[in-house]
Amino acid sequence: MAQRADPVKRHLGLTAAVFTVAVVVLAAVGIATRIEPASGLGPGDWAAVRFTVHQALWSAGISVLLAIPVARALARRQFFGRGALVTVLGAPFILPVVVAVMGLLAVFGRNGWANVALDFFGLPPVSIYGFHGVVLAHVFFNLPLATRLLLQGWQSVPAERFRLAAQVRLTPWAMFRAVEWPLIRQIVPGVAALIFVICLTSFAVALTLGGGPRATTIELAIYQAFRFDFDLGRAALLSLTQLVLAGGAALLALWIIPMISVGGGQDRPLARWDGRTVSQRGLDVLFVGLAACFLLLPLFAVVLRGLIGMPLVPQVVWQATGASFIVAVISVLVLCLLALPMAGWIASKRSGGVEAVGLLGLSASPLMIGTGWFILINPVMNPADLALPVTALINALMALPFCLRILVPHLRDTMQDFGRLSAALGLRGWPLWRWVVLPRLAPQIGFAAGLTGALSMGDLGVIALFADADRATLPLQMYRLMGAYQMEAAAGAALILLVSALGIFWTCDAMGRRYASN
Amino acid sequence: MLRIEGLEIVQGAFCLTANMTLEVGLKYAVIGPSGAGKSTFLGALCGFVPLRAGRLFWEGQEITDQDPGRRPMTMLFQDNNLFPHLTVLQNVGLGIRPDLRLNTAEKTQVEAALSRVGLADQMIKKPGALSGGQQSRVALARVLVQARPLLLLDEPFAALGPALRNEMLDLVQDLVAETGATLIMVTHAPDDVRRIADQVIFVGSGRAEAPKPAAELMDNPPPELRAYLG
Repeated sequence: MAQRADPVKRHLGLTAAVFTVAVVVLAAVGIATRIEPASGLGPGDWAAVRFTVHQALWSAGISVLLAIPVARALARRQFFGRGALVTVLGAPFILPVVVAVMGLLAVFGRNGWANVALDFFGLPPVSIYGFHGVVLAHVFFNLPLATRLLLQGWQSVPAERFRLAAQVRLTPWAMFRAVEWPLIRQIVPGVAALIFVICLTSFAVALTLGGGPRATTIELAIYQAFRFDFDLGRAALLSLTQLVLAGGAALLALWIIPMISVGGGQDRPLARWDGRTVSQRGLDVLFVGLAACFLLLPLFAVVLRGLIGMPLVPQVVWQATGASFIVAVISVLVLCLLALPMAGWIASKRSGGVEAVGLLGLSASPLMIGTGWFILINPVMNPADLALPVTALINALMALPFCLRILVPHLRDTMQDFGRLSAALGLRGWPLWRWVVLPRLAPQIGFAAGLTGALSMGDLGVIALFADADRATLPLQMYRLMGAYQMEAAAGAALILLVSALGIFWTCDAMGRRYASN
Repeated sequence: MLRIEGLEIVQGAFCLTANMTLEVGLKYAVIGPSGAGKSTFLGALCGFVPLRAGRLFWEGQEITDQDPGRRPMTMLFQDNNLFPHLTVLQNVGLGIRPDLRLNTAEKTQVEAALSRVGLADQMIKKPGALSGGQQSRVALARVLVQARPLLLLDEPFAALGPALRNEMLDLVQDLVAETGATLIMVTHAPDDVRRIADQVIFVGSGRAEAPKPAAELMDNPPPELRAYLG
């Protein structure tokens, strides 16, 4: 019997998938060797578990609640700068966490702009540290994500439905019940679940804005057990807790998590005839304006303070910048080696079950994998020597699920359109990749590579576990400056980091597009 | 010759069987109602459609499990016959070497094929810069360099206007006459059958009938074919 022709071969994809699983499983094995059966979680550890879940719930809830009116306004309004704003909504995805924290501190910190304004009106100041700060930062990152996902949903409503609604003159309330509420009910649970899972493994935000017995996430607790107490047994136990919690939540959420489209588009609003009353317009302006300020003011502050602090940036920051560039480049290479064959494998399958392998990166926390590998490496050699390669590898794994979602649909389309032609011409293996897949997917590959490079450039996670005093990436160096209260120098470093991360993203993205258009 | 032995294709509720022998150098038209399985039949010969049962032999050698690229045939589809991101030259070159590492002789061969179809001055353009007729010519130039003994056409010229379509069919006729290839083409137009085909394979009611002489069949169609021709 003849088999279905499958020009994309599977063994490479299978190898990449096995490698990905092996990195996580070996980390788990490393952790298992250090867990002492007798010991359990202490009261502090339980507090960390509770805080982790608590803040993730609040972060997801607030992000989604605020995203609904913003997305609704963006969906039904057309105004100057709308396209730019929708693009900016994608920026927090590649924005280094420490940079955002720097900006949030400038706006909401003790002497920040918000408190100056509150003081002017005689109101009590807000505190950005602890629970509030962690949730604030998570909302800063996830409100745009939620808005974009909801906006996608709104734009998937057929134009005919709005035309019909306009013809039968639905009142705003009837419009909400007939068109918008079913949509919200359909999308919101998935978006909230996604943000909840993302916030469960939050580290850098908790490190910079949380801490102390009342605002420590599990991820941060792993780091503290590791760095301050060098208690590998406890770090291992916490890692296991993290794995069960985040992995379990991710598995449950897998059912409802929507397709993440981080790509462009979306700046084409439908013609709408509803929402024309003055109060509706006013509310839309208010929500879009507030969201834009909330997103742009911290970024503006980073640039402003960064320019002021630039002359004070010490030499080590530039060395760290070099190290971060190397890490980012290795991450991008590792990602391409893993994601492309895996995407080829997944695209050749009818159902997307294999995509779950990529989601391992989302559920397994970086510090959990880092802890496991530290335990494995420690007896053999000094883990600090491997700080940069391990960071690059884990960064690539973290970016993998997103990149697969970018690559797989286009690869599937390409094989749909050109699979038979390729097979008829005997194109297989490297020539197939060289002459068909890579040229057709160049824009997506560039985008995925840019995303990975930027995420890796700005990541403050595993490197904090592995690095010693001599080694640091730029985000770590910046955090050290903040810890030493050299805020001006840190602000300068934040600007360098911002420019580097966005620069890597832009370069890769532009290269992919240019390759495709030539 | 191509021997099709007990071929059986099942896709959900759809089912198609075929049993026939096709002679070298003849021109076969495949006709039948929409959805009867003409494209599926060609796809099965080429190895794109899984077979439930049956075997294929080319000159006595079994090719049932061969890769599509290794079979003694080449096929033009309804669309997507060219890679839009490659130049005309590269698109044709793929017919000789899938890795596109062409030596001088092979390059000359590609250029000669493009000259033959009248595109000598369009070689470094991308397909998007060509007209529909020119794109069809590029695909035919590739068929020329592939030089396979069987050419399968699944209505690749369906999107062209009547005049252009006839022009392309004439070119196809010339090419198969020059190369001695066997032509198997799907068509909807009884005129095409009369103009080109030596034999007709009628596909209907889950069966691809063994080929019958074209003129005879068109003049004196059995009931099912008459119903289709109207």
